[in-house]
Amino acid sequence: MLNNFATLDEERGFSFRNCKRNAQLVANGFIPPKAIKTGTTICGVTYKDGVVLGCDTRTTIGNIIWEKKCEKIYKIQNNIFVAGAGTAADMDGMVKWMRSNMELHRLNTNRKIVPVITLVTTLSHHFFRYGGAISCVFLIGGVDNNGPHLHVVYKHGSKMKLPYATMGSGSYAAMTILETRWKPDMTEQEAKELVADAITSGVVNDLGSGTNVNLCVIRKSSSEKINGYREICGNGKRILDYSIKHGTTGIISETIKKIELDVIEEQIEKMEVE
Amino acid sequence: MLGINQFPEYQVPGAVQHQFNPYENNGGSIVAIAGDNFAVIGADTRLSAGYNIFTRNHSKLFQLTSSAVLASCGNWCDSDTLTSILQTRVRQYSDTHENKEISLNAIAQLLSTMMYGRRFFPYYVSNILAGIYEGKGYVYSYDPIGHCERHTYRAGGSSSALLQPILDNQIGLKNMEEKPTIPLTVDRAVKLVTDTFISAAERDIYTGDGVKISIITENGVEERQIPLRKD
Repeated sequence: MLNNFATLDEERGFSFRNCKRNAQLVANGFIPPKAIKTGTTICGVTYKDGVVLGCDTRTTIGNIIWEKKCEKIYKIQNNIFVAGAGTAADMDGMVKWMRSNMELHRLNTNRKIVPVITLVTTLSHHFFRYGGAISCVFLIGGVDNNGPHLHVVYKHGSKMKLPYATMGSGSYAAMTILETRWKPDMTEQEAKELVADAITSGVVNDLGSGTNVNLCVIRKSSSEKINGYREICGNGKRILDYSIKHGTTGIISETIKKIELDVIEEQIEKMEVE
Repeated sequence: MLGINQFPEYQVPGAVQHQFNPYENNGGSIVAIAGDNFAVIGADTRLSAGYNIFTRNHSKLFQLTSSAVLASCGNWCDSDTLTSILQTRVRQYSDTHENKEISLNAIAQLLSTMMYGRRFFPYYVSNILAGIYEGKGYVYSYDPIGHCERHTYRAGGSSSALLQPILDNQIGLKNMEEKPTIPLTVDRAVKLVTDTFISAAERDIYTGDGVKISIITENGVEERQIPLRKD
């Protein structure tokens, strides 16, 4: 046992030492815990002056809805935003990594903005090194000196540059809308409506997506995150009153403690009385 | 069952083991409440598989007689076959007993026997049978191989773990020191069933679109439909 401690420092990246034990446990009937996935519909669209990203707001764990209003669009830089789909923990970890790396890059190169392709390349190289074990996919949208860009980076490290893209369990539903109505050089309002309609299609037709549509618009010199651009389903309103009446929880014993207070300061305000 | 693991000499590259996997979970939830002289049974109207929705307007309630309604969810093809055979058996009873309608307790036992008949290749369904017999309301619930239990209230299906505690608290008055004395009327039971489905639709992806409620009283069976979240 003791001689194993010497090798711990040399290990980098993921440790697979528990995999054999886990496989044996599963063979003996152990039911492993499920990871929180985001289910999701995300899509991105390039228009005349920029990029619009959209996402739904549901997180699921198995068939249970974990979170009805979560965030899936993250700001990496003022001019770069990402939308993520896949295991929630992997997404959180990667977003932290992206934010710190891009900020350091910007400071090191002493420029005002980071090119979008920088993030795409570093992210795809990072994913490739982990062989797909980091189970998340990103749509990267941003505007730099070369214009608006939309890229997709998959969990194994492959990347694609596209005019419009969708990801997640609701991607097929959303892609039907984009394939029907996307055209080059749309206006900002047309692009926002198209993305919102695509996400709505995912929300309504895919069980892994739900609740609201969040949008993010990235233009040359400004960006805007719009949470709740469209609310597809509000919370259900119940008919009966379920408030807990006083006395529902039994009181076993009651202790009243008197707290002695010292007077530190006294202020007297004269009141006008007729 | 003999598995390929027990024959190590067969585990060579290229050896493919074919599995027969006949079951699919088509989702859905069901709730039933028995009152003094009525029974209320509700089922959501969504039919799904994996992350897809097959239809939003699908009834899981089957009226067997004027005093019995069965709600059945789980695997849709097994549910379809089981209810078809059960409805045939109900008609056969009338034909062989001089047009007498089969009573609720007889259906309850019949269903249990039918399901145990498939003990080694079960119908993968959750059944709840509700109705009235001799003026009183009854609810019977079943496991996939026919074990039958009588209840005052019961939830079944994909979100049963979410629905049952609500009923335990509001009808069973569990975990309350000072219990409220609200009588369980038909109106209150229907509102409770609706509210439990609204709650289930918030947190279960397989429950939603709508809920169909059947109210069984001495005057027969009345049906209502209430919309739910569609996402």
